[in-house]
Amino acid sequence: MEYFIELFFSGLTRGSIYALIALGYTMVYGIIQLINFAHGEIYMIGAFTALIVTGVLTYYGWPHLAIILIAAVLAIFYSAAYGWTMERIAYKPLRDAPRLSALISAIGASLFLQNYVLLAQTSDFLPFPSLISDFAFLDPVSNLFGTTDFLIYTTTGVVMALLTFLIKFTRVGKAMRATAQDRHMAMLVGIDVNRIISITFIIGSATAAIGGVLIASHVGQINFFIGFIAGIKAFVAAVLGGIGSLPGAVLGSLVLGWTEAFFTGYVSSDYEDVCAFVILVIILIFRPSGLLGRSGVQKV
Amino acid sequence: MLKLAGVKTYYGNIQALKGIDIEISQGEIITLIGANGAGKSTTLMSICGIVPPRSGSITFEGRPIHDMKPNDIVRLGICQVPEGRRIFPFLTVIENLDMGSFLRNDKADVKRDLDYVLTLFPILAERRNQAGGTLSGGEQQMLAISRALMARPRLLLLDEPSLGLAPLVVRQIFAIIRKINQEQKTTIFLVEQNANLALKAAHRGYVMENGRITLADLTVNLLANEAVRKAYLGI
Ligand SMILES: Nc1ncnc2c1ncn2[C@@H]1O[C@H](COP(=O)(O)OP(=O)(O)OP(=O)(O)O)[C@@H](O)[C@H]1O
Ligand SMILES: [Mg+2]
Repeated sequence: MEYFIELFFSGLTRGSIYALIALGYTMVYGIIQLINFAHGEIYMIGAFTALIVTGVLTYYGWPHLAIILIAAVLAIFYSAAYGWTMERIAYKPLRDAPRLSALISAIGASLFLQNYVLLAQTSDFLPFPSLISDFAFLDPVSNLFGTTDFLIYTTTGVVMALLTFLIKFTRVGKAMRATAQDRHMAMLVGIDVNRIISITFIIGSATAAIGGVLIASHVGQINFFIGFIAGIKAFVAAVLGGIGSLPGAVLGSLVLGWTEAFFTGYVSSDYEDVCAFVILVIILIFRPSGLLGRSGVQKV
Repeated sequence: MLKLAGVKTYYGNIQALKGIDIEISQGEIITLIGANGAGKSTTLMSICGIVPPRSGSITFEGRPIHDMKPNDIVRLGICQVPEGRRIFPFLTVIENLDMGSFLRNDKADVKRDLDYVLTLFPILAERRNQAGGTLSGGEQQMLAISRALMARPRLLLLDEPSLGLAPLVVRQIFAIIRKINQEQKTTIFLVEQNANLALKAAHRGYVMENGRITLADLTVNLLANEAVRKAYLGI
């Protein structure tokens, strides 16, 4: 039983990280029907930004807590800037082009960012410093999950809550939903649709960066390729939940995280990565629009 | 107030508007009638900047707007109820109305306008928390008009507001169009298939064929015009 609970929490950790990435996929897809293949790279860049900042600040002997907070904030801003720029350069000019062109542009952006980090940082795994000391109050449950796991759960929860509030109740959030539902009509009520799309990329990139920093602290090493695998899996999670749906992205991520955790824990860890695709295929056979996706005539 | 001069609009290589001239003065109700595919909706989309003209000029109160972004055009007070209503399907009735007043900051007045449209169409008040996409066609049309009114437009463009509605609802909607024209001095540019109704509601009318304006006159004269009666009134 204890093993089961342990796997449960390790699945929750994975799922939370996927969710932070999947949110960006699903928001961008919802608003411009583009699968932003370079989204995983934004997550990777977030992790690298944090690595560089921690390196510099550690050299100057700053306190650990300050280092990790500053690193996270800068990673968020830097990734958001990347997301914004990428949309401007790679997607905006293709806004009215066939979707395949935009998809190819997305793959190009992904390869570009991966290789750029590869050249700048080598292909080796680089150690990410462990700056977060264990929380004493977690001692009683430390056999189930660690401090970084705990931070991952709480941060993800807070991000979800903020995002839900933003989308449901704020002016920008309503404009985002309106733009997703009918872009031309959104223009006709005076929404600056280009601005809303930029904001969507910025928010999605920021949450991915948070995921990047958290996973770097949790695993303790990163390389240029982490965004690719995590990106694909988060994409699977978004499709699983119903692409375009925010609760769907979270649910899909958790389902994927738990499936992977239990599969590797009870069956075999060799096929861990295959697992994601198998459940994707199974779910899509029975529910083509995903777990919480909207099927039917309405364009989402 | 609004002036189109030599407006030519294309969809890719297809030319939809072949140089049209239209002039609308403050306070008027103007109608544009024509067969399917004549270019009526395209005219409205060109005015709003969704499908900007490739050549020619559109000026609003003397200021060229054909290069402006759609949201800036809305800001000037030009508002459209497009063909097919285009309600945001997953926003509630109230949220749809909120979107209408998206650019306004005068909270108190927005509240007053909201109460006003909800008294115009009490059914919308009843359905306030229902998703827009679940309303009936007629209710959606009422919502679409109300959403446009929430912007407090100075010029309201209406694309076939009578489409698919029961005669009673059509009459109600036309009564409201006249009412906002008289009470709020909103200038109205009305595109209609139902030429009979449109020509009776409007002061002046334009007839469009194949991307060109072929007739422009007072509606009393158009109603008496033999060619118009044959082609559009079916008499
Ligand atoms: N998005 C588009 N892409 C290509 N051609 C278009 C597009 N929209 C309209 N057209 C063409 O432009 C011409 C004018 O269309 P428009 O919609 O303005 O006609 P309309 O007068 O509003 O007709 P209706 O009364 O049927 O609504 C038509 O020939 C139509 O096929
Ligand atoms: Mg039309």
